[in-house]
Amino acid sequence: MDAVFKALADESRRALLDQLHKSNGQTLGELCEHLDMTRQAVTKHLLLLEAANLVVIVWRGREKLHYLNPAPLQEIYERWIGKYERHRLQALSDLKKGLEENKNKKG
Amino acid sequence: MQKPKLVYTTYIRSTPKAVWTAITKPEFTAQYWGEMTNVSDWKRGSKWEHHNPEHEVWVTGKVLESTPPKRLVLSWADPDDLKDKSRVTFELEKVEDMVRLTVTHDKFTTGSTMAGKVSQGWPKVLSSLKTFLETGKGLNIFCK
Repeated sequence: MDAVFKALADESRRALLDQLHKSNGQTLGELCEHLDMTRQAVTKHLLLLEAANLVVIVWRGREKLHYLNPAPLQEIYERWIGKYERHRLQALSDLKKGLEENKNKKG
Repeated sequence: MQKPKLVYTTYIRSTPKAVWTAITKPEFTAQYWGEMTNVSDWKRGSKWEHHNPEHEVWVTGKVLESTPPKRLVLSWADPDDLKDKSRVTFELEKVEDMVRLTVTHDKFTTGSTMAGKVSQGWPKVLSSLKTFLETGKGLNIFCK
């Protein structure tokens, strides 16, 4: 998970992921066209994204295609957001129960 | 050659055999795939079905390739519109003490809404499968 956060902590790499979200399965050349970065910089960032498993490579003949892989992001969602959401839902459900019990006591 | 549409990969601390079993045995899929089960004998040419707990078929297709515990290729069709057919490939590769599981969903028919539907589901299923195999408990993925 450290690798994922590290990979995401850079604006250029987030821009690369956004670019793949717009159009999945791009070659290095295609990615360079849309980004204001040198080819070397894009290659370097892609390697980091690949190491974090946020980008997956598929070979089509001699062409190297890059795919956005949201699976590690889903794991972050499950661990951080999903967990808090559950707590919030539990809190709401407890509040409802509490209010209903109070009402019953009064009534 | 058409570009694949969706490619997902996840690293699971497990064995290829365990991952294969988790994908193909209904008693396991039910524990992490939002209670859904995958039913087939998983032989090449056989039919396979994706059921909900009420045994309604949500996805159907044929086993196009089956090499346990390495590679499973399925056709993936909407039971209400069999022409809306695509292809799913599971590839399992041992990497040190982990399994690299890659799911490729491609060959969607033109105008099909299937890609949009499954792109919401696959990351959840893979994340839940990983948690299930590593901790023994799946995630409550489709009830949130």
